[in-house]
Amino acid sequence: MAGSGTEHLRPAGDTLLRAENLVVEFPVGRTGLKVHAVSDVSIDVRAGETLGLVGESGCGKSTTGRAIMQLPRPTSGRVLFDGHDLVTLPSSELRRLRPEMQMIFQDPISSLNPRRKVSQIVAEPLRIWKRAAGDQLDKIVETTLENVGIDPAAAWDRRPHQFSGGQCQRICIARALVLNPKLIICDEPVSALDVSVQAQILNLLEEMKAQYNLTLIFIAHDLAVVKNVSDRVAVMYLGKLCEVAPPDELYARPAHPYTEALLRSIPVPDPSIRPGEEGTLGGEIPSPVAPPSGCRFRTRCPRVQDMCAQVEPKMRQIGLGHYVACHFPLDAIGPKPGAAQLAQQMNAMTSPTTRRPVPPKLVTPPVSGVSASAPPKPAG
Amino acid sequence: MPEPSHRGAPVDAPGISSRPEIDAPAGGAREMLELTQLADREVEELQALHTLDPDQVPADAVKKRLGPLFWFAAGWFLLIVVLALAAPLMERAGFLPDPTKAVKCANPPCSKLGILKQGYLLGTDNLSRDIFSRIVWGARVSLLVGFSSIFFGLVLGGAIGVIAGFFKGKLETVLMALTDMFLAFPAILLALAIITFASTSNPGEEPRLSRQVAVILALTIVSVPPIARLVRASTLVFAQREFVLAARTLGASNLRIMVKEIVPNVLPPIFAFGIIGVAIAITAEGALAFLGLSLQPPNPTWGGMINDGQKFYLDAPHMVLVPCAVLFLTVLSLNLAGDRLREYFDIKESVL
Amino acid sequence: MSRKVIGGPTGTGRDPNAKLLRVVDIKTHFRTEKGTVRAVDGVSFTLDRGRTLGVVGESGSGKTILSRSIMGLLPKRNVVRQGHVYYEGTDIIGLPDEEMRHVWGSEMAMVFQDPMTSLNPVKKIGKQITESLFLHLHMDKQDAHDTALALLSSVGIPEPEQRLNEYPHQLSGGMRQRVVIAIALACGPKLLFADEPTTALDVTVQAQILNLLQQLQRERHMAMILVTHDLGVVAGRTDEIAVMYAGKVVEHAPTPVLFSNMKMPYTEALLSSIPKLDYPSHTRLEVIPGRPPDLINPPRGCRFAPRCKYAQERCLNEEPPLIAAETPGHMFRCWFPVGSPEGEEALSRNLAAGASASGVPVTDVPMPASLAGRS
Repeated sequence: MAGSGTEHLRPAGDTLLRAENLVVEFPVGRTGLKVHAVSDVSIDVRAGETLGLVGESGCGKSTTGRAIMQLPRPTSGRVLFDGHDLVTLPSSELRRLRPEMQMIFQDPISSLNPRRKVSQIVAEPLRIWKRAAGDQLDKIVETTLENVGIDPAAAWDRRPHQFSGGQCQRICIARALVLNPKLIICDEPVSALDVSVQAQILNLLEEMKAQYNLTLIFIAHDLAVVKNVSDRVAVMYLGKLCEVAPPDELYARPAHPYTEALLRSIPVPDPSIRPGEEGTLGGEIPSPVAPPSGCRFRTRCPRVQDMCAQVEPKMRQIGLGHYVACHFPLDAIGPKPGAAQLAQQMNAMTSPTTRRPVPPKLVTPPVSGVSASAPPKPAG
Repeated sequence: MPEPSHRGAPVDAPGISSRPEIDAPAGGAREMLELTQLADREVEELQALHTLDPDQVPADAVKKRLGPLFWFAAGWFLLIVVLALAAPLMERAGFLPDPTKAVKCANPPCSKLGILKQGYLLGTDNLSRDIFSRIVWGARVSLLVGFSSIFFGLVLGGAIGVIAGFFKGKLETVLMALTDMFLAFPAILLALAIITFASTSNPGEEPRLSRQVAVILALTIVSVPPIARLVRASTLVFAQREFVLAARTLGASNLRIMVKEIVPNVLPPIFAFGIIGVAIAITAEGALAFLGLSLQPPNPTWGGMINDGQKFYLDAPHMVLVPCAVLFLTVLSLNLAGDRLREYFDIKESVL
Repeated sequence: MSRKVIGGPTGTGRDPNAKLLRVVDIKTHFRTEKGTVRAVDGVSFTLDRGRTLGVVGESGSGKTILSRSIMGLLPKRNVVRQGHVYYEGTDIIGLPDEEMRHVWGSEMAMVFQDPMTSLNPVKKIGKQITESLFLHLHMDKQDAHDTALALLSSVGIPEPEQRLNEYPHQLSGGMRQRVVIAIALACGPKLLFADEPTTALDVTVQAQILNLLQQLQRERHMAMILVTHDLGVVAGRTDEIAVMYAGKVVEHAPTPVLFSNMKMPYTEALLSSIPKLDYPSHTRLEVIPGRPPDLINPPRGCRFAPRCKYAQERCLNEEPPLIAAETPGHMFRCWFPVGSPEGEEALSRNLAAGASASGVPVTDVPMPASLAGRS
């Protein structure tokens, strides 16, 4: 998998935000090792669109979101927003752009200052930028609180610890909306909430998006949630992009083996579907300090071949709006291995007695002239 | 850093779990203890859950009690403060004799070493000066030195701590190295050095600083390093919280974040600690006065009185015991009050 | 007395012919400053060996306290536990800890949500497993070591020899949970409580762990109680499901029946508020308005009534008892169940009035999110 490349990006003029070749690396203490949290990820989003960024823990999705916000600045790459490249923008100018890009975090209670009153918290952005004062300020705060479903009269003088998780998240959303931003990045906004509250908040986000004309980047690990809110979904694994597609298309015709495994692992509330051993993704996610060469997913992929270790796949189009970074995507050229073969490979991979089983090679016609036994091409 | 793998768990900081570690005895007992502790925590969570919604719980349901000990301690301390503040008034009104002058005896002969029968509340010292009056005037010194040195210490140490904890990196290293340097000196020696330096003068000239100011300066400098360390530690914790990150996304400047987000959270627990700091400062002043480094005679100080009184311990024990008792009770009451206040604030904190 | 690792003989005084677990009207109340929290308020069920019961509920439903109550793992002070828990015929409520120690680990075991806090971070994995074996089964060092190796293999941990010498933080979340499962099963319990075992794990690892639990259960003919908030997790892996709300079981049915013929409006609402993969994107989710109930002063009458779109006058005043449905093994607690004529009538009455008897707005159009938050 490991997606590099920018083929999936749309023309720069079309998009509100365009992140190109983002790289975020952290040093590990004093060992000299580096955590490759995000390695060459490019995403873009059109005005009025919701981009869903999905992946499991360690894939770098939250880090990508923060890198876009320059909190902190990425190690390298470009982030084009509103005609500026945020990465190279001096701090003072960057700060002035902040009202246009807001963020909502995973833990709603921790995102609010426990010592301040709700009215002060929501008014703070207006005060920082001196957008309003006095009665006008109060009015804006009141209206925004009502829009998110919080009774202003009841909440005005209260502090965050007097509210539930769902209500706190509403307050966070109000705080983000009060400056009328263009873009809001939602970093796992419903993961810490109860199931019945999740639905409320997801609906609220959709309503607010319509009401305030927002563009959203929605980061989550739950594919069902992401699919529900997004216009476009990007799947990440170990710091790289796997696949980008419209949500219905992604679900109906996943092209990347990881996406398919992810879809199959999701528990479905339907008792007739009895999940079994076949289709479960075996193995463990490799360490981001020493990610596998070539395609990062190759250590767990049932379709892996020699090429995958040597050449990193780049994003390429395989359908309308549908891009994948894989040498041997599902439904691609060449027949899929039969179910029995697939099961056999899966079993070989999940056997507990071997740590790194050698996956049997696929018996399929080679893709675009590259034979499985041909000498390796130099890495691109 | 790799994202934490807890789904749904609060993201306090990368790699740091928000639950405390369990260290318990071995074997099956350990498991059961752990399980019970987990269950305990669940109960606490349930309790916390039900303190969270004021709509559903009657307002008078919980009253945190500070305890009778607190009120006793606070009462004593208040008495001392009132007396100290009222000293000039009392003197003008004639209730308080001049502490530096000998008092007239009502019924001669009056013993040089003071007798309660003569009508003076706590007797007199060897120079016939009223001890009660001296205690009250000495209280002014102790309280002034105690509070102002801790106040300035909080301001200066707090600023250093917040800046160090917020910016981290090289600035933090430098600031902490400086404070550590001061911490390395034994406090009394450092105070001694500062006082001596600040109040030396060439013969015939006024000293650079009055002795009282010098003492306050010395105690301030001595109190800054521990306060700075405490504040820095607290700042480190709060700076990682997401509301600080949120403030940054809103475009708040660093100064604004420090003043409006960090300080209000760091201050309350430090404030409670500050009260205990005052107790320490008063003791320190007493020690300095005992060594003759505080206000010079005939100005009364508690430590000075103890020093004077120790020679007469056998004949007139009250000369040394009274200031000792007063010093002891005052420091004790401050400690108790500070402790209780700290617990009181902590309980509220745990609900947050 | 030394025992075999797997499937040890029953202790004295227990009747192997009785049902493995029979819980009768268990109540767990916590005395707090604010009042008595009725976390579990009258739950009953039975469970046989080899069967899996799913307990589903949100936070505050009492599902976690329930499993701890049954096992007897609650703090002693300020906790009131009533009712009966018959394990192989013997009531274990009220047994002192010394006797419960024989039950814990070797008869019943629990796997928790967070493997990091279930494992001692400063002890090596091997030591943590073998300690349990020393204590319960009085093995010698070599036997314990070999058994530990076998256990790690049986839970699918590669290179078990190496793992024995590692610390918990050196393993990934999924591996740690496997170790926890290995420790739990070390002494061959007959009943396993899995309390949100995969909530803290990634979805692909979750599938692995749930598969593992199922496999182990089959091999050892264990009974399992799977506690979770995720209806998807219980759908394919349980024989029966009990849905809990506010400390009570509001619906209990064999799994296929629950999904195809649910009666309790809460179950219906829970199911429709979860986004599902096969819905088209931007499907508006149906929302359960309001917030979970207060366990200190629960509402009079049905506890779900303040949030239920079917609610009628009766629901606010009388608490519905658990009654049986047509299918055997299906019980529910509702005056106006879903799909019944009374239920349909109640819903249409509320639709016409625009609100349920408790004031919750009821409309055909999905409720705006700005109104859904208010209780």
